[in-house]
Amino acid sequence: MSLPQIVFLAVGLITLGAAVAVVTSRNVLHSAFLLALTFFGVAVLYVLLDTPYLAAAQVLVYIGAVSVLIIFAIMLSRKVAAPDLVQRNSQWLLALIVAVLLFGALAYLTLQAAWPAAKQALGVDAIGGLGQAFVGTYALPFEVVSVVLLVALVGAIIIARER
Amino acid sequence: MIPLSWFLILGAALFCIGMYGVLSRRNAIGILMGVELILNAVNVNLIAFWRYRTPDHLTGLVFAVFVMAIAAAEAAVGLALIIAIYRTRNTVIVEDVDLLKM
Repeated sequence: MSLPQIVFLAVGLITLGAAVAVVTSRNVLHSAFLLALTFFGVAVLYVLLDTPYLAAAQVLVYIGAVSVLIIFAIMLSRKVAAPDLVQRNSQWLLALIVAVLLFGALAYLTLQAAWPAAKQALGVDAIGGLGQAFVGTYALPFEVVSVVLLVALVGAIIIARER
Repeated sequence: MIPLSWFLILGAALFCIGMYGVLSRRNAIGILMGVELILNAVNVNLIAFWRYRTPDHLTGLVFAVFVMAIAAAEAAVGLALIIAIYRTRNTVIVEDVDLLKM
């Protein structure tokens, strides 16, 4: 077994373990911290997939912004996020069965398919190509996404504002 | 060399864990965390398929960046809604927010 495979297995186990703890933890604040760990595991997966740029964006956007935003929201609603509160609703068993069945089906299909054994060499400069794609082929979607992000942030401020 | 199927199975597992979180949580913030897990699983799949299948076309990479931006927008609006609901109804438990349910 090569080094990347060992790294993948270790990081994958940590990521999935943290993700399971995120959805099962009784304390929402613990969930938020474990969510940051899950995001970091996914960032390591991006490095294994030769996209260090996305790994850096993952750390900045998800750990730096989304996790902190979630922790702020938990602290602003602290009173009802008490650790002794029941966090599961009445349909959790059904949800668990559906999730396990879906994972079984997806894993079965993935293992059935004949994927190419090895990845090809990265022919293009991924970061430079990404930058050129944003101002070339994907200029319009890129602008639309930035407008969506701006509108969402203004909307978030208006919704959460004290009246 | 890591086989592509390993990434796909990890993505599927992350997606199913997130889906379980969305379906089973009573806390609205917990549901939002499940949605974030699902979006991360999608991104892992997009990048893995891009790297193994079409490394010369950057569509998968570009789409993953868009997913990331929309996920950030979704988290901001979702958490603002949760805070607004908490302010008016003093709860973040989704079962208690049933004003439209007759």
